[in-house]
Amino acid sequence: MTTNVSEQFHAVGEEIHDTKAPSGPIERRWDERKFSTKLVNPANRRKLSVIVVGTGLAGASAAATLGEAGYRVKSFCYQDSPRRAHSIAAQGGINAAKNYRNDGDSIYRLFYDTVKGGDFRARESNVYRLAQVSVNIIDQCVAQGVPFAREYGGLLDNRSFGGVQVSRTFYARGQTGQQLLIGAYQALERQIAAGTVEMNTRHEMLELIMVDDRARGIIVRDMVTGEIETHTADAVVLATGGYGNVFFLSTNAMGSNVTATWRAHRKGAYFANPCYTQIHPTCIPVSGDYQSKLTLMSESLRNDGRIWVPKKAGDDRPPADIPEDERDYYLERIYPAFGNLVPRDIASRAAKYQCDAGKGVGPGGLGVYLDFADAMARLGREQVEAKYGNLFDMYAQITGENPYEQPMRIYPAVHYTMGGLWVDYDLQSNLTGLFVAGEANFSEHGANRLGASALMQGLADGYFVLPYTIANYLADGPYEKIDDSHPEVVAARTAVEERVAKFLSINGTRTVDSFHKELGQIMWDYCGMERTEEGLIKAISMIRDLKDEFWSNVKVTGVNEELNQTLERAGRVADFFELGELMCIDALNRRESCGGHFRAESQTEDGEALRHDEEFAYVSAWEFGDQPTLHKEPLEYEYVEMKSRSYK
Amino acid sequence: MNITVRVWRQKNADDKGRMVTYGVENVSQDMSFLEMLDVLNEQLTLSGDDPIAFDHDCREGICGMCGVVINGIAHGPEVTTTCQLHMRSFEDGAVIDVEPWRAGAFPVVKDLVVDRGSFDRIIQAGGYISAPTGSAPDAHAVPVPKDDADHAFDAATCIGCGACVAACPNGSGMLFTAAKITHLGLLPQGQPERESRVIGMVEQHDHEGFGSCTNIGECTSACPKGIPLDTIAQLNRDLLGALAHGKG
Repeated sequence: MTTNVSEQFHAVGEEIHDTKAPSGPIERRWDERKFSTKLVNPANRRKLSVIVVGTGLAGASAAATLGEAGYRVKSFCYQDSPRRAHSIAAQGGINAAKNYRNDGDSIYRLFYDTVKGGDFRARESNVYRLAQVSVNIIDQCVAQGVPFAREYGGLLDNRSFGGVQVSRTFYARGQTGQQLLIGAYQALERQIAAGTVEMNTRHEMLELIMVDDRARGIIVRDMVTGEIETHTADAVVLATGGYGNVFFLSTNAMGSNVTATWRAHRKGAYFANPCYTQIHPTCIPVSGDYQSKLTLMSESLRNDGRIWVPKKAGDDRPPADIPEDERDYYLERIYPAFGNLVPRDIASRAAKYQCDAGKGVGPGGLGVYLDFADAMARLGREQVEAKYGNLFDMYAQITGENPYEQPMRIYPAVHYTMGGLWVDYDLQSNLTGLFVAGEANFSEHGANRLGASALMQGLADGYFVLPYTIANYLADGPYEKIDDSHPEVVAARTAVEERVAKFLSINGTRTVDSFHKELGQIMWDYCGMERTEEGLIKAISMIRDLKDEFWSNVKVTGVNEELNQTLERAGRVADFFELGELMCIDALNRRESCGGHFRAESQTEDGEALRHDEEFAYVSAWEFGDQPTLHKEPLEYEYVEMKSRSYK
Repeated sequence: MNITVRVWRQKNADDKGRMVTYGVENVSQDMSFLEMLDVLNEQLTLSGDDPIAFDHDCREGICGMCGVVINGIAHGPEVTTTCQLHMRSFEDGAVIDVEPWRAGAFPVVKDLVVDRGSFDRIIQAGGYISAPTGSAPDAHAVPVPKDDADHAFDAATCIGCGACVAACPNGSGMLFTAAKITHLGLLPQGQPERESRVIGMVEQHDHEGFGSCTNIGECTSACPKGIPLDTIAQLNRDLLGALAHGKG
């Protein structure tokens, strides 16, 4: 094996070989695992407690289901209500292998598509289970009253999504995430009323408590009073979402952050595949340096919109004045078979190349046109309005431009992070008693997530996987009672208090947001759509310098004992610095291109992503340390043959 | 453009609170209202002042966390969420008043941040269908007429922001409550608990200190999701029916 330049930044540890997945035929593995799990007598469940952090699809569904089973659950979210979690913003839909359309879908096909879509960097056993429970999710949600789209016969409607050839996506107009989350939220509120779940809103987890090598609790800050509180339990679940906000600008909510999982990482939990980032091609471009977030528009727009830029760099004529033969419909030109419907990463990168070449349009030259003129001529305005009206309205509201009269401008934005805390088949991290669900874990999407699969995974983990695997863990409990004076509790609490005091004492000259924006720009430039060895090494050193400046020059006003949103953000940004560095190291180590990770050095002659399966068919699980340590978990494919994709 | 904002500042729930005037320069028309507040907060922070606390999260009009009263109107001059309001809706030189939701059931936490926990408690009092995980029949076992499903969806788009309460002269939370009653009551799955739901939710609504509904309709005209007023008629019908059946 050649020496890897990344090894100046990290050590290499032992490989991981046991993920606790049963062997045998893949379609039997989850049944085997469920049968082998230990059960807890219903009468004993009241004696067992679980902390669930986060109330998105994974967290709310897990807390509700564990509450229904009779465990004592404590649920936490940083928002003012569990219903605000960012799952609510998912637009498109949720996949399930129901085959209601009789179009050849099956559990095996959803499994196959997901493994292939993940560019052969996900575990077969986990993905198969996800496809299996997908059908139960739809049943569960319908029973809760989720108003999915229906046909005139009263049965559920489906659509094809994200370039797959079967119609397996269930949806509720463009607000599927909202409706699914409200379903889970209502189930959660029902358990709160029943007294099985204690809800703590406006509470942010700032530390994990480990006692005798088990996760036993968390330290949280009451965001209204500033009180630092200790909460202990027999098990801890983190369902705290993804870390896309390391880029500052992303489609994530403003409060989305990595702190819960990063604090667990610092306590020993492995962080897996941090460099796998999904960048979505159809977002509304940045309009100025005050920009606080980016808004996604459903990629269904690419079904009828044509993407183009002026052929000539620096052409600043209004789009209507650019004649047809001076336009470059670059996706149709380069990828004649798929045209404007190439996968997300290809479309995103192609837009970047056009803008890098000076052909971008709009403010700062960071945008490409998405033109509906042909669709309007072909289908008529009425039909275009019926299909895309709400998206056009959204665009008009944000940009002040009328997309019926002039082309939309779009640009890629960070949307989803496939990496996260490493978990085994039971969704348990390498720390005993610490479980991780939803986007916060790394598991089912490999290097790239398919459209309409995030909602599926969040609910699969929360409703149908964790309730079994946590019960198996709790069956050996209750564990020794921990009180607030336990040395590990005191240490965790003191660490939090000292960190808060440190932020408030620096009193420098730069705001938290100014650091966050600068970090985001570094990540976007060097660890974004395209990564190079040189850029990543440069980024690591820039992040380190910026982090040093942050800790000596940030200005956090106010005191701890109040609602202090600057203090909240300072803690999150401090953790983003450390994560950003690890993402660059991970990207540097992975000298191949796969899914949401594109190394410029590893591409085909046509500029396509080039995997190196012999060398990199593994999960990168990082252990925290002065220098991080890489643990490789080799990936084996028994069912799906590893192939390269081609969209030419 | 340059603008002046007069913002409600209140240190905590016990503080009396007051309006404070700030100038904001070089405001771009393309900024969202919250981005304008971000810019102001950066200025305040650098000058050592306490930035203005306001609730917000998704900034794409769906989480329901943001919401302030702008020039006396909940969410401001456009019918949308505050995060989706842009500065192009204001004139250069404008003086803009910014206040928190004003309602007895939404106590102020700090500045523009209020406590909307009362909404969660209304949901706890029956705003759900009891369907524990694992108990569901196949999704196609119960067809739902498309019209019912579509109307249920219209009511289900409520984001729980509280603009309806802020807009109502009575401080009533009836539109929020009615949206949930209508959503679940239109679906076959929601029938078994239909009467206990409306009784429980209305009782909790009143218990939280929300005012009564007098059918003024300010709620629906402020609602960023266009929840129709006839959901309240639906709630009243359901409530009368439940009471007539002796469920009260």
